[in-house]
Amino acid sequence: MADKVLMKGNEAIAEAAIIAGCRHYFGYPITPQTEIAAYMAKRMPKIGGCFLQAESEIAAINMVYGVASAGLRVMTSSSSPGISLKGEGLSYLAGSDLPSLVVNVQRGGPGLGGIQPSQSDYFQATRAGGHGDFRMIVLAPASVQEMAELTVKGFELADKYRMTSMLLADGTMGQMMEPVELASLKVNAAPEKPWATNGTKMQRAHNITNSLSLVPEELEQLNFARYERYAEIEANETMYEEYLMDDADICIAAFGIAARVSRNAVDEARRQGIKVGMIRPITLWPFPTAPFKAAADHVKSFISVELSMGQMIEDVKLASECRVPVTLCNRAGGMIPTPEQVLDAIVKANNGGER
Amino acid sequence: MVVFEKPHALTDAPFHYCPGCTHGIVHRLVAEVIDELGIEGRTIGIAPVGCSVMAYNYFNCDMIEAAHGRAPAVATGVKRADPENHIVFTYQGDGDLASIGMAETVHSAARNENITVIFINNAIYGMTGGQMAPTSLPGQITQTSPYGRDVNHCGYPVKVCEMLSELDGPEYLERVTVNSVKNIKNAKKAILKAFKNQVEGKGFSLVEVLSTCPTNWGMTPADALKWVDEKMIPYYPLGVYKDRSAAKEVEA
Ligand SMILES: Cc1ncc(C[n+]2csc(CCOP(=O)(O)OP(=O)(O)O)c2C)c(N)n1
Ligand code: SF4
Ligand SMILES: [Mg+2]
Repeated sequence: MADKVLMKGNEAIAEAAIIAGCRHYFGYPITPQTEIAAYMAKRMPKIGGCFLQAESEIAAINMVYGVASAGLRVMTSSSSPGISLKGEGLSYLAGSDLPSLVVNVQRGGPGLGGIQPSQSDYFQATRAGGHGDFRMIVLAPASVQEMAELTVKGFELADKYRMTSMLLADGTMGQMMEPVELASLKVNAAPEKPWATNGTKMQRAHNITNSLSLVPEELEQLNFARYERYAEIEANETMYEEYLMDDADICIAAFGIAARVSRNAVDEARRQGIKVGMIRPITLWPFPTAPFKAAADHVKSFISVELSMGQMIEDVKLASECRVPVTLCNRAGGMIPTPEQVLDAIVKANNGGER
Repeated sequence: MVVFEKPHALTDAPFHYCPGCTHGIVHRLVAEVIDELGIEGRTIGIAPVGCSVMAYNYFNCDMIEAAHGRAPAVATGVKRADPENHIVFTYQGDGDLASIGMAETVHSAARNENITVIFINNAIYGMTGGQMAPTSLPGQITQTSPYGRDVNHCGYPVKVCEMLSELDGPEYLERVTVNSVKNIKNAKKAILKAFKNQVEGKGFSLVEVLSTCPTNWGMTPADALKWVDEKMIPYYPLGVYKDRSAAKEVEA
């Protein structure tokens, strides 16, 4: 087995990006993800890459837009308030069909909020990254190893579908140290990008990177085409993990750090004889609708465990078609649910809603 | 007879600009310079949001349309993607460059980003129908300053070349205009220098072009050209505001 090294989640993202062939990073400091920038600042100059501290998140995402236009793998990272500023750029990236990787190591909000971990940018990531009809592929790691793997995957999917992949982590995941194995990461080289605006070399007609389309009939067609691609992604790229779901009466829905906490609670509940399992979405968009729909055939209820006021719960309800009750077990503002809190929720659900 | 030849760097698409608008002249000058330097195949232009948003249809080199004001950040990315080969220019209006995109302008200049910026100062927001720009003159009547720009209420115009000249970063800053044959020749020289600087790796070069917007100024094209002489140049004096290489030569 290949060597494992102890790394912080944020550092694993940075190193995995380099392994994936990313040689351009732009960012603006914000807690709790600044380790990514610090890591890139050290590494990029040594490998002929470019780390540049931008004057703002707005500038950073537009620098990303520039490198992506030129056809290279490129990334930026930030935390919640900074991601809001990137919203304009995310929309333009979508409108111009440009691939990029954007990392959001979430913290509590709204506003300046706090610096402790949160999952309250779920809506923003899965529904409203910016104005207009568009989607981002949203990847939710639950270990440092997965931070690395999904970073690579994020670049690959972005290139394949010409869109933004967002790695949606949280402060705990970013700061957490765990052993990771990087040597075994498999990377598919970036595909040819004949659309890139990197100079005609006087050998082809000029390429144009653009999101402007003033004729509504044409703009509609562009939207239709984009949503056809999105449908392909929904069909082929959905990722999730099931845990003890075969005989489950109760199903936990949780991603990222909430899934790790919940797993402990599931194990304890099983020891107490309660038939509980968990579905952990790894892609938040596309949301793994099928397993939730299937689970609704045999579970009594779902519990959505979240570090927010309840955002993913809407997707759980949609996926399960509200056929059984869906309850929320949550903390917010930078607080993390404890395994005991989740266990309580499981016990309550097992008693048909009574303790 | 000299036949009026179109520069190779311009496409065949007819300009959509209003009669008497100087955007077209500046496009032509940029294209001539690209031809003369033989850099079309490695040039990437960044169009702004403004009347020249569709500049991407007019230049034969690769083109990118940027969000309003963000062209210098996009240019930074394109340049850094291949600093040895890419020649990158932005083409921006005053609202784009000096209002919403001011941070991107100042910081790309401060970094001495090796790009060329063509800045069209027409003292108005042309595309959106004639609102006050950061460069509208004191007293100037626009749709959003219908009683004339009141400096006590909304402050003073931004003098971009003067302001940027205080930074250590930029290589070259010059203000020109295109309201006469003589001035067009000067403008061409400045634009050529701004691109040559980039080819030679010298750094951030910005040419501010005092331009006309007869449509939103409510003037005939001829009166608009006169207005540049009578009102704009006194407030925005033409000339070189920074030329680091020339300064170094003088010192040496
Ligand atoms: C974020 C954003 N805000 C506002 C607009 C609307 N808008 C389009 S062009 C423009 C002003 C352009 O003026 P200027 O940069 O001076 O260019 P000109 O048309 O005069 O050449 C504005 C405000 C926009 N497209 N995007
Ligand atoms: S509105 Fe003004 S700046 Fe725009 S094309 Fe017409 S004259 Fe030129
Ligand atoms: Mg203007």
